Amino acid sequence: MTTHFIVHDKADTVGVMVVENTPANTDLTGWIMETDETIAVKSLDPVPLGHKIALKDIRSGDTILKYGHDVGRAVAEIGKGRHVHVHNMKTKRW
Amino acid sequence: MAKYDFYGYKRENSRVGIRNHVVILPLDDLSNAACEAVANNIKGTLALPHAYGRLQFGEDLELHFRTLIGTGSNPNVAACVVIGIEPLWTNRVVEGIAKTGKPVVGFAIEGSGDITTIANASRKAREFIQWASEKQRELCSIQDLFVSTKCGESDTTSGLASCPTVGTLIDKLDPLGATSCFGETSELTGAEVVCASRAATKEVGEKFAQVFRAYQEVIERHKTSDLSDSQPTKGNIAGGLTTIEEKAFGNFQKIGKNAKFIDVLKPAEAPAKGPGLYYMDTSSAAAECVTLQAAAGFVVHLFPTGQGNVIGNPIEPVIKLTANPKTARTMSEHIDLDVSGILRRELTLDQAGDQLIDIMIRTCSGRLTCAEALGHREFVMTKLYQSA
Repeated sequence: MTTHFIVHDKADTVGVMVVENTPANTDLTGWIMETDETIAVKSLDPVPLGHKIALKDIRSGDTILKYGHDVGRAVAEIGKGRHVHVHNMKTKRW
Repeated sequence: MAKYDFYGYKRENSRVGIRNHVVILPLDDLSNAACEAVANNIKGTLALPHAYGRLQFGEDLELHFRTLIGTGSNPNVAACVVIGIEPLWTNRVVEGIAKTGKPVVGFAIEGSGDITTIANASRKAREFIQWASEKQRELCSIQDLFVSTKCGESDTTSGLASCPTVGTLIDKLDPLGATSCFGETSELTGAEVVCASRAATKEVGEKFAQVFRAYQEVIERHKTSDLSDSQPTKGNIAGGLTTIEEKAFGNFQKIGKNAKFIDVLKPAEAPAKGPGLYYMDTSSAAAECVTLQAAAGFVVHLFPTGQGNVIGNPIEPVIKLTANPKTARTMSEHIDLDVSGILRRELTLDQAGDQLIDIMIRTCSGRLTCAEALGHREFVMTKLYQSA
């Protein structure tokens, strides 16, 4: 079975796409490295290789977790299955 | 032959090199032309042109000397010819390199001109290269090896797989007595507290925190925005990295899960506390960082890339690995090890770490890296501030 996205840590709110050219509205399989669990998410956007997909509904202003750590904040509402990147996420630093 | 043994060059000061260069080293920008002429006359020698060396002062000047002396002193260099515009600073570099016991000589251009200097330096370089060409590789152990690491044009695959592959290597080799080094102060932003917790002692952790704060002050003083135009880079963003914090946690995977860093080095400072992992205060620009690590005496470099940074270094071989399947496919001539199988769950991190050790040991015994084959020789001095 293809692994479409990988999640570093069980607590993470985003996963990373590891396959190329995934269209919107695809049923995706993900692997949580920390716990070796398999999860399922349906993509709502085309998410390119290496880009992040929301694993739950994220409110504007919420901290985004990856590696189990704070890696920035949402600057828009992000629905589960949406593409997460510079258009809806920003650094808290500098 | 023990596991992880390799064939290297044992130098006069007992350090071990994996290459056998005769370097023609300019003290300053003005001496680049003469050095390149000597390297053109005497085949097999290597000129290292660079942009600086005039009217620097204070810590910036000290770093200039430390970088040049360290480069000439690196065990990958068998012998060195130094050329400068005037004799006093030239001799300071010559005397610094001479402490290793290797052959080194200096020439100054003022009073004789380029052509006479080039002729005299070429005669000496001919002597050195013939002497060096008779050096033989000998069996060396992992305790003799100084390994540095830095990643570049990272993307999310770097944090998922290629950086943790380097981390696995560090976790395997640190307990065996290898000496290793990571850096990239600005690219730990967001992960600095976690990084400080990996210091071997409270004092080392505090030293790291001070270095980190000092770098943040430089950024705060000079920034005109939130740096989102340069950190993450355009390549990072194309690869899916959104923030510096996300990039930092990916970068940080390179030191593995267990090793603790035993000291904090100034840029280009040689490690002095024996085997173990060291942190060096460096820029996160690839060529600057690798040049500083090579000047500190590291002889082989591990460079994870996501989108495909093509860097090499003239004296320290740079081994590139990627986990990005597209980069492995479209830029294969730059990639020494493809670990994209980790993302397809066909390869474990442990297996990838062993593959990286294997290609590193083969490189140490003489195998050319992709960057060496392609002629990548980025030698870039770090400059701390304006010249006087």
